[in-house]
Amino acid sequence: MKKLLVVLMLVLTLVSFAAKYKIGVAIPAADHGWTGGMVWWAQYAIKQYQNDPDVEFYLVTAREPSEQIAQVQALLARGINALVINPYESAPLTPICVQAFRQGVYTVIVDRGINSEEYNVYIAGDNYMYGYLAGKYIAEKLKGKGNVVVIRGIPSTIDDERVKAFKDAIAPYPDLKIIAEQPGYWSREKAFEVMQTLLTKFPQIDAVWTGDDDMLHGVLIALRQAGRDKNIVLVGGACEKNIVKMIMDGHPLIEVNFTYPPNMIATAINLAVMGLKGQSLNGFYQKGIPRKIILSTETVTRENAKDYYFPDSVF
Amino acid sequence: MRIKLRNFLGKYMIVLVLIGLMIFSGIMTPAFLKPRNILNIFWQTSYVGIIAIGITFVMIAGGIDLSVGSMLALLGAFAITTSNKLGNGVGPTLASILLTYALAALLGLGMGLLTTKGKIPAFITTLGGMAIYRSLVLNFANGGVYMSFSRTFSSFGMKFVAGLPLPMIVFVVYAVLAYIVLDKTRFGRYVYAVGANETAAVYSAIKVDTIRTITYIISGVSVATSAILLSSMMASVSSSSTGSGFELDAIAAAVIGGTSLSGGKGTIFGTFFGALILGVVNNMLVMLNVAVYLQGMVKGLIIIAAVLLQNLRK
Repeated sequence: MKKLLVVLMLVLTLVSFAAKYKIGVAIPAADHGWTGGMVWWAQYAIKQYQNDPDVEFYLVTAREPSEQIAQVQALLARGINALVINPYESAPLTPICVQAFRQGVYTVIVDRGINSEEYNVYIAGDNYMYGYLAGKYIAEKLKGKGNVVVIRGIPSTIDDERVKAFKDAIAPYPDLKIIAEQPGYWSREKAFEVMQTLLTKFPQIDAVWTGDDDMLHGVLIALRQAGRDKNIVLVGGACEKNIVKMIMDGHPLIEVNFTYPPNMIATAINLAVMGLKGQSLNGFYQKGIPRKIILSTETVTRENAKDYYFPDSVF
Repeated sequence: MRIKLRNFLGKYMIVLVLIGLMIFSGIMTPAFLKPRNILNIFWQTSYVGIIAIGITFVMIAGGIDLSVGSMLALLGAFAITTSNKLGNGVGPTLASILLTYALAALLGLGMGLLTTKGKIPAFITTLGGMAIYRSLVLNFANGGVYMSFSRTFSSFGMKFVAGLPLPMIVFVVYAVLAYIVLDKTRFGRYVYAVGANETAAVYSAIKVDTIRTITYIISGVSVATSAILLSSMMASVSSSSTGSGFELDAIAAAVIGGTSLSGGKGTIFGTFFGALILGVVNNMLVMLNVAVYLQGMVKGLIIIAAVLLQNLRK
């Protein structure tokens, strides 16, 4: 009897060692290119650990906040040790994230924050510089003079922050005018439609800024179709792979892009593993993982584009 | 005379609403009335418009089709993938188009059989279809984008014929054909009969199930037409966003045009102009640079007002 117990204990410890850390990853389902990219990068990061017996992953994607709450509840019931979550919306997801944290689950919040300080790590892109650098580039490229069209994404706080930053950046140039500001809902077709309409309304458009690269594709098609794909400055963002490829190949209209990497979810997954294992960041004298990380918005040009080109990624 | 005027107004009110909207927009921004912009509106409307024409058949027969938006993404993705596989040239492109139509007809047939023989409410079958199609598209593209590499396939979506964009021509021809089928053929009369009173239709020896099933096939074929035109124009289909919301726009176009949600009533004429009203509203929001957060409200108000105006005249 005693022997059996010992064997049983041994087996149990082995099993628990075999799946030492359970990590739940909860992200929004793909509803446009960038979120598709985030799903891809989450899968990519998880695949990297497939031969690591210490960690086990549960990836879930949600179409709306209540679905995500239910998913996180299910993950907690499964006894996860870490939660990596890109909250669908801040307010509704706050209580469940706080609950996870209080239960001792290592909580990593990605990009869209929660309305609480109760988490282990917060990692996000820099929406302000994302809009600001685009505005600054356009202002300098046009030498502070001209008509600018802004095609923004789905109206939301993220989008607001970017557009405000863009306006801040061009504020010092009184001769630079935003002649239209319309939503393209982060969709190619919608951006095409909006641009087509704006091209008929305005005979002179000197620059177009789109909230992300998916919409830039739509704008490019509209410009080509109207035969106005010359002498115009185009800036998108978030480094969709085909746009990065165009920069690499020296596209005459698109010279620059700014990062807002969907691979931050992969970084966050690595941070969760490091946090659970008690590792610290290379080069940091402090032990442990920093609690707040804002990724810098990097400028992608022809010179460095190849470092940002991920042909296998979906975005 | 008064009754005649009333009939006339009842029938053509929707055209008056459209003209009123256009005059208003034209006064607010003269650029709105540029021929180029009017062409663009027609063009931009054609994708939802063609789908709305298909959905009108389904709705008159007493059904509904919520799957059209996801189906558009699925069929567009299918057309792009097959034309990429088959290669460049007119032959392979035609083959991929035919295959897309075949798939569309098959999917329509499936939906039709599930609702008629399977006795599942159309709302549920097509809601299921909506989820299934989208999920398939997302799965095969892993959430990414389908890109067309066939130059032939991506050449006609933006073609102009006699100075008019091809999608617009297809839309108009499609509407005329649909009008003839619905108004001038026996099949068309059966569609109305089935939707108006199923029991009466059964007693009149109308094959109710067959008629209903055919309307879903018509809807599928319409979606295929729209999907081929749109994916050719964009040379791509986004697995996550292409076609999303199209089902609501198509149903709205039909309802603005006087199609009844409970079946038995509706015209292609109405749907055609209903779709154009939606197109004009979308264009107007951009032309007038309506504030981003207010666009939904303005759109909603105009849609409700358009239907209200029609109802008051009846």
